[in-house]
This record gives sequence, structure tokens and C-alpha cells, in this order.
Amino acid sequence: MNMTVNIAGVEWKNPVTTASGTFGSGAEFSEYVDLNRLGAVTTKGVANVPWPGNPTPRVAEVYGGMMNAIGLQNPGIDLFCKRDIPFLKRYDTRIIVNVCGKTEEDYCQVVERLAEEPVDMLEINISCPNVKEGGIAFGQNPQAAEQITRAVKRYARQPVIMKLSPNVTDIGEMAKAVEAGGADAVSLINTLTGMKIDIDRKSFVLANQTGGVSGPAIHPIAVRMVYQAAKAVKLPIIGMGGISCVEDAIEFILAGASAVSVGTANFHNPSITMEIVDGIEEYMRRQGFEKITDMVGIVN
Amino acid sequence: MLKEKEQAVLLSQEKLAEGIFSIWIQTKAAKEAVPGQFMSVYTEDRSRLLPRPISICEIDRQRGAIRMVYRVTGEHTGTKQFSLLGAGDLISVMGPMGNGFPMEKARGRKAFLIGGGIGVPPILELAKQIDCESRQIIVGYRDKHTFLRESFAENGRLYIATEDGSAGTRGNVLDAIRENELEADIIYACGPMPMLRALKTYAKERGIECWISLEERMACGIGACLGCVCKSKETDSHSNVKNKRICKDGPVFLSTEVEI
Repeated sequence: MNMTVNIAGVEWKNPVTTASGTFGSGAEFSEYVDLNRLGAVTTKGVANVPWPGNPTPRVAEVYGGMMNAIGLQNPGIDLFCKRDIPFLKRYDTRIIVNVCGKTEEDYCQVVERLAEEPVDMLEINISCPNVKEGGIAFGQNPQAAEQITRAVKRYARQPVIMKLSPNVTDIGEMAKAVEAGGADAVSLINTLTGMKIDIDRKSFVLANQTGGVSGPAIHPIAVRMVYQAAKAVKLPIIGMGGISCVEDAIEFILAGASAVSVGTANFHNPSITMEIVDGIEEYMRRQGFEKITDMVGIVN
Repeated sequence: MLKEKEQAVLLSQEKLAEGIFSIWIQTKAAKEAVPGQFMSVYTEDRSRLLPRPISICEIDRQRGAIRMVYRVTGEHTGTKQFSLLGAGDLISVMGPMGNGFPMEKARGRKAFLIGGGIGVPPILELAKQIDCESRQIIVGYRDKHTFLRESFAENGRLYIATEDGSAGTRGNVLDAIRENELEADIIYACGPMPMLRALKTYAKERGIECWISLEERMACGIGACLGCVCKSKETDSHSNVKNKRICKDGPVFLSTEVEI
């Protein structure tokens, strides 16, 4: 059975990676997951300087998922390059660095810095709902999305994956915009903006008031959006949003994703990524698929 | 060997007070757990994904068992589901998680072991294991439901505070300390944030070493998601900002290293 996928010229041994922000830099999960088993590790977003993130409470459980407003706390690119990249290089897996920023310059600075680093792909986060400036501001307007894509592409040595927000009217239009800007791949969906209220304290549960909803509750929305994006663009798609079991992951592939990211499910079961790799292989055997690429987008 | 979730066998469950339950589970975690650590406890229901961090109340290494005393937080909650389990049922757990109380620092010193509300349970195993000159246990409750009281009485000199005055000193744990004119060289505490803040101030004024166990809403429980951070005095080596992870760097901190 051939599980290798080729995403924008980068070969992964299998189509499973981790959703940014749910897996730390990889090191935090390495006691629970053999990182060699993953197609790629996608790191938590990193900015040009350290970010302290939002006040707590930052997380809340909601029915069928959770909400977070971490606010992209990260150690900054210097420490990340010194500590986290060398750690990941010890494993036989692809390294995808998620990049966040407040301004175009912030993003470009990180991308330029990473050009000299041994990482395989960059994922540009233009879809975080939890930071005031930057982030999602670039991800809700097609012109802004196209422009930021073009800007980072000027500095990028590695293939660029643009991570799209579901908090838009037309996901196909956003995918087309980043394709026009020169993106090499797209990943979707980021979290859906939500709100939870504590009725006893009569206040917001999260200090940030709103947060990004993730988990199984959003899975059907994500599958629909991946399907629409696949119809809209030729770019390879990394599908994510609420994968909690192998069946959920396979749905994305059949809808048109070349690879999948597992996020919130890591919190419920830290071994889940490895189980999904095994489960996809088992499905291929059962269904008679020789190559994983034969599964991509066959539901039309 | 990779760490993973474990299906633990529930040995017994008992209701200690209104909304307060006690379970003993058979788990590998009993081998290495220390007082102050917690277990991540999972529901089998995919609509409730996140582990519930529950502190370890007692450790029985012979039986390979751990006791957890927890509060049911509402009708449609994971903790409500746990409360319906009986002997022989399986329960998914991972642990022990986090860092426990540094007990060795108490040797030859007079210690306060302080618990408040649902922060009372982890103080029990600490009281059983700690080796110090004077073991003064001060526990605070809301009302007459002074759960674990008898067990505490067997493991040190016990002082009780209740908010409504139905047992011991009327007021909080600091009121009990003052009323009984107690003194210590080192403090270990777990409980609600206002109590921990007051103890931090109390310890600072007297120059006493004070170890506090913090609580925050958690998601991963293993230090990856950065959901449960607290502000720290110094830049933290992991985050590179002044944030410590309660699940991984804590839950026990020296009171002077965190801003609470």
C-alpha cells in the first residue's frame, strides 16, 4: 500500500499531520507520539518576537468540542530556530512551521528567517480569530489574502501553505485569492468564532469573550468547505477541522484533501495521530486502494 | 515506551457530601505518583472531549490504587458521568501528571498543610507522607460537610475553618491560623485563588517558604496547548514570556515565582 503524498513538491510518508497549536512544537507530544510515524509535524504558530498571548481563562469545553483563545502565545522565532527545529530534525518526518504575525512585515520577517532553516514547508496563519490585529484580518478579505500571499512568497524558500478561515461567506473565493497570490497549497479550516456565557456568573467564559470553536462539532462544516475549495482551486489541500477518528480523516480525503491535520482530538487521546495513520492504511486494504492518491476527491 | 491513556478499573465509589465523591481506581500511576500530582480523567462521551484534571487524594502502592475526591460540577457534566460509575467499571485516565509538592524541604521544619474547598483532597496524601517537625493541617470548608476530616485527624494536628461557623473556626484557614496562634517555617497549600493569594501575602510578610497548587481550565494537560498558563515573575524557559504552564510546570509553584 502506498501512503506517500506529494504536497507542493514535498513528499510525506503518509497524509497525516498535526493541526497548528494543538501539538506544541512537537516536543511536548514526543513522550506520547512516535513523531517518525507522522507524515509531517505542523508546529504552533511562531512570530518574529515572543508573544505572551491572551489572559486566562483561555479554553472552555463546549458540546462536541472546545473553544480557545490562547492568542498565539509563542516563544518567538529566535528561540524557535535554536531549540525547536533542531529537536524536530532528529525525527524522520516533514517539518511544517506555522507562521503568525500582526503586519505584513511581521510575517515576511519570520518567513525570511526560516528560508535558511532546515524546514520543509511554511504554513501562513491568516485565520486566527483570537488576535486583535493581523491574523484573521488578512483571512477574511480576498484582496488582503492575495496580497499577503504574494508578499510572503517573495521571501519564502519553502513551499507556502495558506491556512484559511471558515469565518467567510465564500471559501472558494478565498482559496482562489491565495492561489492567485502564488500559494503552493491551502489548509483549512481554522476554528470558527464562537462565544460561551457563564449563566451563573453572568459573564463570558473566556477572558477574550470570543474564541475559536474546534472539535467534532465542526467536522461537517469543514468537510463541506474542503469540498468547495477543492472545486475552486488546483492547489493541494490539507483538510482539517474536527477529526476525531479515522473515518473523519477519510471523509476529508474523499472530499478532495491530499492530506489531513489532526487537532483537538490530540487532547482527548494523545496517541490519536498514530491510530489515524494505521486506520487509513486499514481502510485502503479493506477498500482495495493501492495508492492513497487514488482516494483524493473521488466523491463528486 | 510511549506514554498513553489507560483504562483503569474503578474499585469503589462513595459519596462523601452533597456533590463530593470519592473513587479508588486501579492504575499504573500508583507506582510513581507523588502528593500534589493530578490525573487526567476522560469521559467515554465524544461530546465531552477534554480531560478533567483531578488531584490525587491518596496513593496505595501495595494495591496499585489511587484515590481521587472530586466535585460534580453540574447536571450535564463529565464529573456527573464519573459519579455514576460503580465498582468494576472502566475509566480512562492518564497520569500521574504535573509536579507534586517538594516534601523534602519540610524536613526538620514546622509545616502548615493547608487545603480549601475542593483543594482539600491532595493535602491528605501529603499529610500522610511528609516528614517534618510539626505537621499542622488546616482545612477550610464552606459548611458542616467537612469531608475527609477523620482521615486528616489521623495524620497530624488538625484545625478546621468553616465559612458558616458550623465546625471549627468561623471564617477561612487564615482565621483558624490566627485563632489557634499557629506558626510555621514552610507552607504547602491547595485551594481557591483568594485563599492562595492571602497565603502568598501571609508568607511574604513573614518570610516563609510557601508552595501553592494552582488550578486553571486545561485542554491538553501535557503542556502543549498553553491553555492553562499563569503569569510568572521571570521569563519562563519554555514559553520565553512570563507565562508558566500549570499542567506541566506546576500545578505546584513557589508562591514567589507566580503572579496570582
